[in-house]
Amino acid sequence: MNQPTEPELPENDIPESVARRKLIKSFGWFALASAVPVGVYEWVTKSAGAQGIKRPLRTVLNANEQVARTYFSNTHLVPTFAVEDAAKKARVNGYDGIKSPIPEDWKLQIDHPSGTGQPLMLTVDDIKALPKHEIVYEFKCIEGWSQVQHWGGARLSDFLANYKLGTKSGNGPNPENADDLYKYVGLETPDKGYYVGIDIESAMHPQTLLAYELNGQPITAPHGAPLRLIIPVKYGVKNLKRIGRMFFSDERPRDFWAERGYDYYVGL
Amino acid sequence: MKRIVHKHPLAIRWFHWINFPVLFVMIWSGLLIYWAYDPYKIQIGDYTLISFFPDGFYKFLHVQRRLAEGMAWHWVFMWLFMLNGLLYVGYTFISGEWRHLVPNLSSFREAIQVTLYDLGLRKTQPPFIKYNGAQKIAYFSIMLMGVGSVLTGFAIYKPTQFSWLTSLLGGYKAARLEHFVLTIGYVLFFVIHIGQIIRAGWQNFQSMVTGFEVIKPHNPEHPVKPEPVIDQPVEPETDGPLEPSPTISPALS
Repeated sequence: MNQPTEPELPENDIPESVARRKLIKSFGWFALASAVPVGVYEWVTKSAGAQGIKRPLRTVLNANEQVARTYFSNTHLVPTFAVEDAAKKARVNGYDGIKSPIPEDWKLQIDHPSGTGQPLMLTVDDIKALPKHEIVYEFKCIEGWSQVQHWGGARLSDFLANYKLGTKSGNGPNPENADDLYKYVGLETPDKGYYVGIDIESAMHPQTLLAYELNGQPITAPHGAPLRLIIPVKYGVKNLKRIGRMFFSDERPRDFWAERGYDYYVGL
Repeated sequence: MKRIVHKHPLAIRWFHWINFPVLFVMIWSGLLIYWAYDPYKIQIGDYTLISFFPDGFYKFLHVQRRLAEGMAWHWVFMWLFMLNGLLYVGYTFISGEWRHLVPNLSSFREAIQVTLYDLGLRKTQPPFIKYNGAQKIAYFSIMLMGVGSVLTGFAIYKPTQFSWLTSLLGGYKAARLEHFVLTIGYVLFFVIHIGQIIRAGWQNFQSMVTGFEVIKPHNPEHPVKPEPVIDQPVEPETDGPLEPSPTISPALS
């Protein structure tokens, strides 16, 4: 009937006083242990803030980033789709940093790390001169929605190699010499209303694009014209629109949503 | 003297009570996350039966515009949830406790009988040792659901790193829905669990704290199989009157 393997539970006889003592002792421990979650909650919520969330939470989020960067591979590719799967009308979800009109004299400004040299000023045509890549993938917003979208542009890794950027030596990025790479790329909109920091490994990912086309057409202002970042290995918040300035740093560049309590890394 | 039965080992009690606040934080922070994109509903034709969730529900619980906070708690407590779950499953396996927990074919028939008994449609319930058939199914399912939450969770947390898992689960959108459905499952489990605990009474509840339960003879809530009779003289092995056993004689004599 019952499981033949299920053993009987052990039983024994104890005086009533012993039973009562065991009960009181157990509930004493239980009450003490119940104080632990209350204490943890009090400790977390009364801790100092660290960029929009409490410091203990921020510490663990940063530790999660270390886990991801240590154990996950940067060569994993985001799954791609057929062009016809892409949404005809890509969703626009935010206007931070692009509320003003596109500057007439827009150029992509790339700061020289030394701070001495003149910044590099490039036009969209300079980006278009690089090999063009297209990607149809599921764009994922940190809010939880996702949409298959079709973007086109130049690989950021090609761009860095071509203009010998992102390194301390001033040579092109060399996978053999990871120490030469700066740890982060910073991006800002021309009005500095929106800004992100991206770890260099994710920036160098082969699917990370400096995008100028959406569904085969030049991207429109709400989507980040004239040039925006498409970084499929991150949530949408890192996909900065209308790039005004790019710079490299070993320190984390400031990040709009990370300052508002979100994880900095948000690697998918 | 009281006769007690040692019902829940100390480790199981720890895992159980650690899971309670940890799962609470996961569900609560999950709700903060879900609010930011809350498309799920149960529809019959064009009629929305249940919407997850009405605005009033969010307002009442003050969970609006707290996505960042929700993600932070969720991605901190996921470690505790996984660690506790892993230790629980590991302990259950190594200690042999799984024998009390894993349902078999007869558990399903028992579960129906237990349900009828609970609904007052049956006078007795089938005998059981630690958990009845319905409990076995429920507790084993909740363990599987925990595994499911971890898998669907990773499928949406790292859909690039675990793209194989995400596509196995039907894609990113599907994995998010599955993660949500499992959570609704926990809430339903919790409601029934609490109801049954209240029904079963103090002795049963306190055993999850103390580990033991004082045995009441002939408890209709816990029928047992008749004990094997052990105080009768066992048939002696060698001497004493024995039934003449048929001797096998060689056929050739």
